[in-house]
Amino acid sequence: MAASEQEILEGLAEIVNEETGIATGDVQPEKSFTDDLDIDSLSMMTIVVNAEEKFGVRIPDDDVKGLSTVGDAVSYIAKASA
Amino acid sequence: MTQTPLPDSQRVVVTGLGATTPLGGDVPTTWSAMLAGRSGVKLLTQEWVETLPVHIAAPVAVEPSEVLPVPLQKRTDRGSQFALIAAREAWADAGSPEVDPERLGVVVASGIGGVTTLLAAYDTLKERGARRVLPMTVPMLMPNGPAAQVGLELVARAGVHTPVSACSSGAEAVAYAMDMIRSGRADVVAAGGTEAAIHPLPLAGFAAMQALSLRNDEPERASRPYDKGRDGFVLGEGAGILILETLAHARARGARIYAEVAGSGISADAHHIAQPDPVGAGASRAMAKAVESAGGTPSEVVHINAHATSTPVGDVAEVAAIRKALGDAADGVLVSATKSMTGHLLGAAGAVESIATVLALHERTAPPTANLEDLDDDVHLDVVRGEPRPLPAGDLLALNNSFGFGGHNVALAFRSYSA
Repeated sequence: MAASEQEILEGLAEIVNEETGIATGDVQPEKSFTDDLDIDSLSMMTIVVNAEEKFGVRIPDDDVKGLSTVGDAVSYIAKASA
Repeated sequence: MTQTPLPDSQRVVVTGLGATTPLGGDVPTTWSAMLAGRSGVKLLTQEWVETLPVHIAAPVAVEPSEVLPVPLQKRTDRGSQFALIAAREAWADAGSPEVDPERLGVVVASGIGGVTTLLAAYDTLKERGARRVLPMTVPMLMPNGPAAQVGLELVARAGVHTPVSACSSGAEAVAYAMDMIRSGRADVVAAGGTEAAIHPLPLAGFAAMQALSLRNDEPERASRPYDKGRDGFVLGEGAGILILETLAHARARGARIYAEVAGSGISADAHHIAQPDPVGAGASRAMAKAVESAGGTPSEVVHINAHATSTPVGDVAEVAAIRKALGDAADGVLVSATKSMTGHLLGAAGAVESIATVLALHERTAPPTANLEDLDDDVHLDVVRGEPRPLPAGDLLALNNSFGFGGHNVALAFRSYSA
């Protein structure tokens, strides 16, 4: 059974926390990865690779560019794993 | 010989020390273990050990995971982690000097680079495919990674460098830093070396060269420089960083000065890719040059922290080199082989041993050589054994020797400092 959006958000927050040290509670759907969370492109790709592994999905590099907020990423993963 | 004394703006002094070693997570712990003659060599417990002929090494006493936050651990190679820990200690020990970033440099050496990162990434590539190779892989494995990380930490913009000359890399970093300051490129430089290579591949490679001790049943007694029973070196890991600055800069801010980096001698053997020149001609030239460039004479040298890795050939070749460089003055030198306790830290060795040399001068105490029970008949030197021994009062010179595969020879000359 696929993970719920809430479970995806929590899992993503853990990945972001491990990579950047940002508190999991600060990883909220409306936050922009670059503007709010100050995540650089290398960290973003690390987060993507770890998310692919954790949720069993594939996020092509072209699609990563469209994921500007945490909410975008959660929705994408939810759809891809549905 | 006499030389015109250098102006204070070109004299280079040591004002901060930092280290993480098999003997301790900082300099005070490492130094007190050295004075006590304690060994940091252990039986390895990893599963892969059974596949190797050698089962011992000298891992750091304090794991970086106990000291550094998780995100930093995930973004840095183990060698960079050691370098950061040592640099932070050294910088704080120097009193966190205020310096224009464009006048602050970093020289952090490595013998092998990010080898554990490289090999782990290759395992990932083979087992799970290219997509799973993380984007930080290259910045982590590059040999200049530790220097660059320290440069970021300290915000150093005068230049960040990584000398690579196998086991003399760390000493070469100190020599390079001294030159950087004397040539006017920087006022303050964080200099040293780091190495994190306790992994089955480097161990298998060194074992294939028959360079490693196989005294698996007595780890603490395995590294025994100058002893008749020595059978090779013990691989260690760790980092050492020294804060170097001009005497003028140190005086202006009222810094505590441990010692002066008075000179350096660098030479190459052009003899063999891995074996030392049996008569130590290149090593001897390096030492003679170090004494000369320090404006000193052989009779002023009271202490040598020897390279002495505990290999049958290398140890006696260095003895011959010391006697050739210093002549009869070699009889008055107290020689310490601290690898008997730390194991061989490869690219960090020259840095950690520079710290030991500086502290020996500062505290007028030469550390003992552990495990020296039966002195090799070819070692005609006054080797400190059993207990530490006092160094005399007055103006003293001490040498730190480091030699590396490839025929690299580096001797550093430190001078005691009294205000």
